[in-house]
Amino acid sequence: MGHRWDFASVLDNHEALLAGAAGTLRLFAICLALGLALGLLVGLARSARSAWIRLPAGAFVEFFRNTPVLVQILWFYFALPILLPFEVGKLAAAALGISLNSAAFSGEIFRGGIQSIEPGQWEGARAIGMTPAQAMRRVILPQAVRRMLPALTNRAIEIFKMTTLASAIAYVELLQQGRLIASLNFNPIEAYTAIAILFFCCLWPLVRLTYFLERRLARSD
Amino acid sequence: MEDPRPLLRVGALAKSFGANAVLRGIDLDVRRGERIAILGASGSGKSTLLRCLNFMEIPGSGTIELDGVVLGRPAAGGARAYREPELVPVRQRIGMVFQQFNLFPHMTALGNVMEGPRVVRRMPAAEARDRALAELARVGLAEKADAYPAHLSGGQKQRVAIARALAMDPEVLLFDEPTSSLDPELVGEVLGTIQSLAREGRTMLLVTHELGFAYHVATRVLFLADGRILEQGTPDEVLKAPRMERTRAFIARHQEFRL
Repeated sequence: MGHRWDFASVLDNHEALLAGAAGTLRLFAICLALGLALGLLVGLARSARSAWIRLPAGAFVEFFRNTPVLVQILWFYFALPILLPFEVGKLAAAALGISLNSAAFSGEIFRGGIQSIEPGQWEGARAIGMTPAQAMRRVILPQAVRRMLPALTNRAIEIFKMTTLASAIAYVELLQQGRLIASLNFNPIEAYTAIAILFFCCLWPLVRLTYFLERRLARSD
Repeated sequence: MEDPRPLLRVGALAKSFGANAVLRGIDLDVRRGERIAILGASGSGKSTLLRCLNFMEIPGSGTIELDGVVLGRPAAGGARAYREPELVPVRQRIGMVFQQFNLFPHMTALGNVMEGPRVVRRMPAAEARDRALAELARVGLAEKADAYPAHLSGGQKQRVAIARALAMDPEVLLFDEPTSSLDPELVGEVLGTIQSLAREGRTMLLVTHELGFAYHVATRVLFLADGRILEQGTPDEVLKAPRMERTRAFIARHQEFRL
């Protein structure tokens, strides 16, 4: 039952793959930026002194951590437009689902990172007259982010892989294009193998980059 | 001519942590130029007293008056309510040096000292840098400006921390056991730095276990026990001729193994 590998049938569709890669990268970039930015806000809110800020942030985290991203994407695409007076595009629905889920998870990373900084650092900052906001921005966050970098890298990798869930609503990204190629050319082995390799080639340099960043940031230790 | 009004006035200051009453009514006037050494056994409340003065701890009750202004607003149960926007400028006027230094590890020595002038006082970077270099030179560490705290000895770290506090031009300096976490051979350089500040006539309060240092540097010595000032006076009065039995015992314990 030897299989004759035939990647030519995949490469013939390189334009479709390129469109898929562009779609994946666009979705990834949006979700990474939005997910981390919202995650920082959630993490700050979760560390806030006021329960009026802390508790809603906690509810947000619990809700989005405990529901599947795929369900969220489908909900934003099929359910939300019924409640709203306008359409929700495929990119918007996928970006919302993945970003909010990532915000919940990275919010926990930010909270843990902020809380891991010794109380003495807050005291050192307050003793020279910093406001709490200045202390957070200049003293606490820079140290926290350094500690969180491995966890945030994992987050970025997860986000990248989660973009494939957007294929469920036929958003044009790598997996969606691979499935299309496989069904048109009857070559699922080659098509899906090619998709897996493409993902690896995108993610591996990302991981290397973060190792490099971690080493650079460790200089002061 | 001496300023008749105290720079700092503490009235009936009390502070509890849960059921544990650490300060039980402290009254204290600090005049400009005074150098007050605060002694006491561990748990006597001396660090808490110091930490209340720049609101690292919020006092439970009592008043703190800085330059004639009573801080905070009256609240229920004899306590006072303090808001962060009121405390931030107060802390800029009252510098603090910690036992554990609390330097910012992600900044160089220069960065640590520049941080206050640049971020808090919004000085232009070049000016803040000159100021920070001058303060580092004052504590004898100009050549370590570009070193990160991890590459400094404990004594050097504490001197950088002193420079960081000085760069804010504080009217009062609080030292919270500044040499207690140092190896014995590094204590001298830090005490020497503090002594040179004393010669400049700065107002300072110092919690310390170095009785000899307190004797030579302080203008007044307080002995705390159970959250109260048990005895106070000149270094000669308190350290050479203590009136209270507990003060005598404390000093005897500290001199048990003298050469």
